[in-house]
Amino acid sequence: MSDAQNPPVSGGDPAQRNHSRAVLEAPDIHRALTRIAHEILERTKGAESVVLLGIPTRGATLARRIAERVAQFEGRKVPVGAVDITMYRDDLRLKPARPLGHTDLPPGGIDDKIVVLVDDVLFSGRTVRAALDALNDLGRPRAVQLATLVDRGHRELPIRADYVGKNLPTAKSEKVRVYLEETDGRDAVLLVKEVAR
Amino acid sequence: MKHLISAGDLGRDDALLILDTAEELARVSERSIKKLPTLRGRTVVNLFFEDSTRTRISFEAAAKRLSADVINFSAKGSSVSKGESLKDTALTLEAMGADAVVIRHSASGAPHRLATWVRGSVVNAGDGTHEHPTQALLDAFSMRRRMGRLEGLKVAVVGDVLHSRVARSNVLLLSTLGAEVTLVAPPTLLPVAVENWPCQVSYDLDAVLPKSDVVMMLRVQLERQNAAFFPSAREYSRRYGLDRQRFAKLHDDAIVMHPGPMNRGMEISAEVADSPRSTIVEQVGNGVTVRMAVLYLLLGGAIGGEVK
Repeated sequence: MSDAQNPPVSGGDPAQRNHSRAVLEAPDIHRALTRIAHEILERTKGAESVVLLGIPTRGATLARRIAERVAQFEGRKVPVGAVDITMYRDDLRLKPARPLGHTDLPPGGIDDKIVVLVDDVLFSGRTVRAALDALNDLGRPRAVQLATLVDRGHRELPIRADYVGKNLPTAKSEKVRVYLEETDGRDAVLLVKEVAR
Repeated sequence: MKHLISAGDLGRDDALLILDTAEELARVSERSIKKLPTLRGRTVVNLFFEDSTRTRISFEAAAKRLSADVINFSAKGSSVSKGESLKDTALTLEAMGADAVVIRHSASGAPHRLATWVRGSVVNAGDGTHEHPTQALLDAFSMRRRMGRLEGLKVAVVGDVLHSRVARSNVLLLSTLGAEVTLVAPPTLLPVAVENWPCQVSYDLDAVLPKSDVVMMLRVQLERQNAAFFPSAREYSRRYGLDRQRFAKLHDDAIVMHPGPMNRGMEISAEVADSPRSTIVEQVGNGVTVRMAVLYLLLGGAIGGEVK
């Protein structure tokens, strides 16, 4: 949080450094997550049978943060977990085999629960499609909802988010980078323009 | 990584990636739907020129859990008994569009040769007295699960090292992963140039046992033995068999492993094989998981000829 004043920069690539812009700072992220937590409580009438499942890596971190806030506001412990979607991706054959993320279901499972999937950035919707397939193999939730910190548009599938931290209009060539304290040592969302070299 | 022929080809990072991937995949075996869609449309051929129960079934289960199509081929009842060569068999499989060939062969080096003939990945499921890399991987995985670490672990590999492909693969893999291996066998059952292997060698089981965290018993492979390597089965068993008295010399957390199939009463007593500190049944379950990891890492991403 100390470096929230100075937008963090990614890597040492000078071309990127010149063209990256912070769109969310730490306090913005905190407010967005707080609002999402309230919205989940409101839409699910107290989050009674809610299970938060984050998509690794950063979605899982965000799910834990949302759960903390729900616990704070309502004094209710919401089960949190993670669902890795690597094995369900539709683009596996385009790259060498990827390392797997961690799938971690809460003890109560997801049968007959309202599962809120949490991811950092909603873009093509393909990740969410993969997550829905993964859920299918893990149990039968009563309903599935989607929360995302940033919705950057350019959907390629009929998928929409139920809870959005920030709607961010982007060009398809731009990149959205999410940094979180737990994994990256700082909280920020950057919009990076790829520069042709 | 295109093929898995030798455990010696695996660097530390490759080996750990396989073990970590297996760790995640282990949960798949615990859920009610034990299947992942990842290798849909891929074809895995099990090409077995030697008898095998657990390895063939294990590879088959692993491929099926990843939704690959599996074709089982065993030399008995095939054109091999009509005199077809390995190369012609390989080219036939190639024409049928195999993405991976899992091969077991009695000749050391057969998988290596096969890899030069086919476009798909080749996985060595045991070649002669050479190597059995997926067995070493599942052994390492089982040890890490039981003992929590591999670095600095003291492993004794006991028995018919000369005819054992499991021993060679284990020595290579475990030394890469930082474990300290000691081979224990009568001098007649140690291979030539064993002093160049990355391990210790001892003839005295009783001296090694108290210092060991893991004891891996090897099967005495009578079917491969073409000479008298020890006077009698009874004498072998008395000097190199793991019975109750020897088992008592192990420290309390040490575990006993065996790649199977066992000769109960020869290299291991029934009592030891069935004790809670024996991982023999666990090893079979872990075999499926580890082979899933290997097949995923070889076939799960882009492979030869596909768009980058």
